[in-house]
Amino acid sequence: MTQGSLLRQILEYENRHDPYPLYAELRKTPVLNDGDGAYVVSTYHEILSLLHDPRVSSDARNMTRAAGPDLQQQEEETALPPSFIRLDPPEHDRLRRMTNTSFGPPHEPRRVHEMRGELGGIVSDLIAGIGSTDRIDLVEEFSYPFPVTVICRLLGVPREDESRFHGWADTLAASLDPMPGEDATERNKIAQKARTELGMYLAGLIEERRRNPQEDMLSELATLKGPDGSMTTMELLSTAALLLIAGHETTVNLITNGMLTLLRNPDVLRRLREDPGLSVPLVEELLRFEPPVQLVPNRTTLADIEIAGVTIPKGASLWLVVAAGNRDPLRFKDPDRFDPDREDIEHLGFGSGVHSCFGAPLARQEAQIALSELARRLVNPRLLEDPPEYRRNAVLRGPRHLPIACDDIMP
Amino acid sequence: MPADGHLERLKREGRIVVVGASLAGLRAAETLREEGFAGTLTMVGDEPYEPYDRPPLSKGVLLSRTTADHTALPRRRNLDADWRLGIAATGLDMAAKRVRLADGEEIEYDRLLIATGVRARPWPHEREAELDGVFVLRTRDDATALQKRLADGPRRVFVIGAGFTGSEIASACREREISVTVAERGAAPLVGALGGVVGEVAAQLQRENGVDLRTGVMVTGLEGDSAGRVRSAHLSDGSSVETDVVVVSLGATRNTEWLAGSGLGAGPRGIACDAGCRAFDIRGIVTDDIFVAGDVARSPHPLFGYQFLSLEHWGNAVSQAETAAHNMLCESVDRRPHMWVPAFWSSQFGVNIKSVGVPSMGTEILISQGSLAERRFVGVYGYQDRVIGAVTFDQARWLPFYEHLIETTAPFPPPFPTVDRRPEGARPVPADFPDPSVPTHGPTVTLSGYSPADRRMTFTPGRH
Repeated sequence: MTQGSLLRQILEYENRHDPYPLYAELRKTPVLNDGDGAYVVSTYHEILSLLHDPRVSSDARNMTRAAGPDLQQQEEETALPPSFIRLDPPEHDRLRRMTNTSFGPPHEPRRVHEMRGELGGIVSDLIAGIGSTDRIDLVEEFSYPFPVTVICRLLGVPREDESRFHGWADTLAASLDPMPGEDATERNKIAQKARTELGMYLAGLIEERRRNPQEDMLSELATLKGPDGSMTTMELLSTAALLLIAGHETTVNLITNGMLTLLRNPDVLRRLREDPGLSVPLVEELLRFEPPVQLVPNRTTLADIEIAGVTIPKGASLWLVVAAGNRDPLRFKDPDRFDPDREDIEHLGFGSGVHSCFGAPLARQEAQIALSELARRLVNPRLLEDPPEYRRNAVLRGPRHLPIACDDIMP
Repeated sequence: MPADGHLERLKREGRIVVVGASLAGLRAAETLREEGFAGTLTMVGDEPYEPYDRPPLSKGVLLSRTTADHTALPRRRNLDADWRLGIAATGLDMAAKRVRLADGEEIEYDRLLIATGVRARPWPHEREAELDGVFVLRTRDDATALQKRLADGPRRVFVIGAGFTGSEIASACREREISVTVAERGAAPLVGALGGVVGEVAAQLQRENGVDLRTGVMVTGLEGDSAGRVRSAHLSDGSSVETDVVVVSLGATRNTEWLAGSGLGAGPRGIACDAGCRAFDIRGIVTDDIFVAGDVARSPHPLFGYQFLSLEHWGNAVSQAETAAHNMLCESVDRRPHMWVPAFWSSQFGVNIKSVGVPSMGTEILISQGSLAERRFVGVYGYQDRVIGAVTFDQARWLPFYEHLIETTAPFPPPFPTVDRRPEGARPVPADFPDPSVPTHGPTVTLSGYSPADRRMTFTPGRH
């Protein structure tokens, strides 16, 4: 096996259900230049140091060398400016800081916490809506609709518009996850249409909220006047789109991977049923063990960087395989074991450094509530397929369907 | 009998005394138990309180967001210790291996850890220091008293010394909308720790937040009324300021007086120890059974030419305590060196300030990211063409990178571009530290040469 084929194998769909043995191979070369152009980093300490390295840029305009194998998830050309995930400081900091004024401390220290009741209500409604207990597709019936509803409530999308919002989110998610043999041009056209409709919808909502502000995040961002100034409508649109997409797919996978892992570890599932408080360390271990974002493929170098005996040249494409770093035996004891009692748990599931996951507090809370409620209410749940069918996407990795059954649903 | 028989017995039934029941003492005691020490553990502390956390005293407590009695340090485990709180240690008999306490009791030890820390340097003029309304801030009691006084709504608070503590006190006053004057002997706040370039930013921050900042002046005297309450402060420029409250923030004094005459290498700069935390005696010979940790220790650091380094840093106290405790219970080949890279943080006027390394050794500074004018930046300090320290204002997430540069003695100025490099980051400028022979509020990192018996340092208060 050549080294080049290792990265290709990781991207191969047939290995999607269990890339971890391949990641173990990958870690034998902490910084791998596979011949496709990308420099693939797979060990914990090297990834962490690059996430904090100011010579590493998130701005694609700085990439002057080959980007690496096609991940089939390029974002389409849009008229929107890049969102802060694709920007470096100071532009990144300014937009993130402004967005944070309506989401977290110091301005809104209670926003996420105060959503607990609402999250619990959405979870209850979804569980109540489950059809036959003989065959539940947990993705379709639960983990997929949950985060979209949460984002709608957070942004302030009116209830009557939520179903339209779900439709656009579905189309955009599918465009990140192409089926083989699908007509790419047709798919792009459909995605482009959804993106345009979503953009126009949000632009209308922003206008409406400027005139008539509510308590929601979109109103606060639309009317923000602070030391960093205000957000333009275009900036606000691209930020809202970022919150929607980055906060959606990832949370779907976190919850689905979580339930899959619990069903594979019935002892832990039993403990969670008896002690919902276990969901807190459990979700952290999950973010280490099965992170929803497996790799960060879009960073580049502003200078030659020497790391682990390799010089990564200026302008190179960096792939930081956080899921491999999370299982690095040089960092975590017995890394392939799922252990919610693990005390040393500084995982890379939310990244680190200035781009560390913006929505992390919300994602944690969503997963904690979803998993503890599923554990409590589904009686004797079991997997109907193992492994389940996965999505194509190697970056945002998770099951497309998770068929389970249970005996009953507790009130 | 195997060579480790002695150690096994020490772990099983030995007697360990920890003098100093604050952060370092507590973390050391916990580590001792974690590493299997099952013998008698005695914790001696001069304050009547169980170990508590000091950083909140100058922040949340002064803002009345919390109270000083809610600052107890979280415990990692049950200690099963014999606590002697509110009783200071007053003497050490190295030959007899005994610690003498203020109540006359003598406690024998097989291993001793000294973690007596520092205390606030008082106003040198005793009668003035005793005036009602004159405070220092170091302990829980200090914080409670000052917080009460601030809650009473004084017309003005006068802070002497614009180091980190003084600046945080001024920040708390402004947040409470209390008028505050800060007098600083140096050219700017924080100048001893971070130099004049960064000090200028700190000065702007203070002034923008409504602090009446007086730099380049000394306080020559405090004046009270007939009832013994402080009324005004007199400055070396001939001016005076009417005030109800004076807070003296002139840095810290090491608690080593109780060791006078003991034969231990203890003096005003602290207690000299080796990289393994073993104390030196006054002859410069390392002891086998006395260990030191925390603010009171001065230990040689390989990154800074093996000069003795004294650090008044939270993280150092924890790390050194853990190393000392480990080394107290093992064979010499299993001992670990204490090689913590200095790091501290401060929170003032809404800005998070963090630093790594020893900025005060720096001769030059490069603003490698961000901008001084925006108060969001990374400053890198250079000394003899290498990176020696770094400071961030609201940019702390980049610090691990700069810590690595310090650890690897990377060249200065760093020869590479970074994100967020501005025109001012094109080349280094002089870091503008004051002459170290002129004491200001005292930096929290001090390099003090190579001699384990150094006793030269003296503090010169303002001329009266």
